[in-house]
Amino acid sequence: MSEFLYLYRLPADSAELPGSPQNMQQRLQKWTAWFKELESRGHLSALGHPLENGGAVVTEGGRAVHDGPYAESKDIVLGYSVVKAKDLAEARTLAGDCPVLGYGGMVEVRPIRQM
Amino acid sequence: MTAALPDEHFFRRESGRLVSTLTRMLGVHQLALAEDAVQETLAAAVEVWAFRGVPDNPSAWLMTAARNRAISQQRRERTARRFAPEIGRQVDAEGADAGPGTAVAHLPPALRDDELRMMFTCCHPDIPEDAQVALVLSLLGGFSAREVAGAFLVSLAAMEKRLSRAKKVLAGTRELFELGARDFETRLTAVQRAVYLLFNEGYHGASPDSAVRLDLCREAMRLVALLVEHTPAATPTTQALAALMALDAARLPARVDEAGDLTELSRQDRTRWDGRLIAHGLELLEASARGDVVSEYHLEAAIAASHALAPSADETPWADIVELYDTLLRIRPSPVVALNRAVAVAEQLGPERGLEALRSIPDAQRLAAYPFYPAALGELELRTGHVLEARGHFRAAHRLARNGAERTFLDRRLAECERRLGPGAPKAASRPSARTR
Repeated sequence: MSEFLYLYRLPADSAELPGSPQNMQQRLQKWTAWFKELESRGHLSALGHPLENGGAVVTEGGRAVHDGPYAESKDIVLGYSVVKAKDLAEARTLAGDCPVLGYGGMVEVRPIRQM
Repeated sequence: MTAALPDEHFFRRESGRLVSTLTRMLGVHQLALAEDAVQETLAAAVEVWAFRGVPDNPSAWLMTAARNRAISQQRRERTARRFAPEIGRQVDAEGADAGPGTAVAHLPPALRDDELRMMFTCCHPDIPEDAQVALVLSLLGGFSAREVAGAFLVSLAAMEKRLSRAKKVLAGTRELFELGARDFETRLTAVQRAVYLLFNEGYHGASPDSAVRLDLCREAMRLVALLVEHTPAATPTTQALAALMALDAARLPARVDEAGDLTELSRQDRTRWDGRLIAHGLELLEASARGDVVSEYHLEAAIAASHALAPSADETPWADIVELYDTLLRIRPSPVVALNRAVAVAEQLGPERGLEALRSIPDAQRLAAYPFYPAALGELELRTGHVLEARGHFRAAHRLARNGAERTFLDRRLAECERRLGPGAPKAASRPSARTR
């Protein structure tokens, strides 16, 4: 078993957002069900955390760049989790059911480096 | 993961509550800001609750978060900075006792008043009736513009325009309607009408999605319950309106089946009617009789009660119902009421008399796009044995049908016509000579 970091990303200009309150409630229910499913199948190493939008990027010399862009993309990172899977292929398959895909987002799957 | 959400429409209902309260605090001219803050708060709740689980008191969580967002948005806009600390104080005081219970009775009175005042504000006399209903759905019901557009079969662009025009009128009022205002009575009439239209849209409406229609009925019943619980608004007319909705809604389980298909009243399985709602409706109707007012809602509720109390379709007191429709027509002349009256006349005195009544409806042309007018003609022609004419009317109705449920219903009636005609019947009633040519 290997571990993978899942980064839940959403393009800042995602056209699907924000949706009606009813859509949002359904979205929450899908997330809850998805995490529960990962957990019950023994794939969830760490549920992780939701992330605030914003923060800072600090570079050498203590210069802080606020409010991004941190990287090339203007994605919002909604949160992260750590997932157990036997290889990248399985980690990708598991991510394929993530609810964020249903509203214009994506999951970045990054293998955690082994010793 | 901790608590589950209280029910499947929690976000929708909370949205209406939050928008109402923030708008009261910020002023109606800041409605857009309040709406944005609520929208963002709900989106944030999805992200946070997905990881942390639903908090023990989700309503209070949302109220605090929405308040914070409104404050920070206001700071960002650098307008009305002085409001911010005041909002904080008010929400702290109110949010603290906003328990997780979501039933109207459990809401703190201040929050209930916010929703009521928002309802009265939406029914401003300068806003057309259809826009009032759309506003109520959007601001209090937590329906998106797309959902409201879908419910009324209007394009999204048209609905957005209707809503934004109406919101401009609201913005000019600056403050939520005061429940103690002198024109309370007049405004109450408009509110009752809007809630009635909302319920009707759900019950008889055009939306192809039966779930949407049930949601509209449910929302209308939630709003009328708010009115019934608020003493100044709980007039006999309000009670009659609530009675009417309860009695009509009681039939929904038998009226719309799992597939969303319609069953007409005479064929409904009466054991599937909701006995609790009927009892509730009858209680309300009795309470509504204590005044000296007989409103259109009283009459409609009395008609619904006559159906609810009839042990079978055959035992329906049609003569009483026709009389109630006659009175209703005097109070509120409408071709749809006249249509319903004609159907009752047919039951009381036979299909020929019903057809006469149908044909003598003044402004029947206003029913030109209403599928139930030709459907009623078809039904009565069928009963008099004029199957070809009946088929022609059902076909006309089918062309006007607005959703799958209506089409399925009319397909069944058309199949009945074909069955009675047998094989070898002419294909079109309007061209009986086609075969010989």
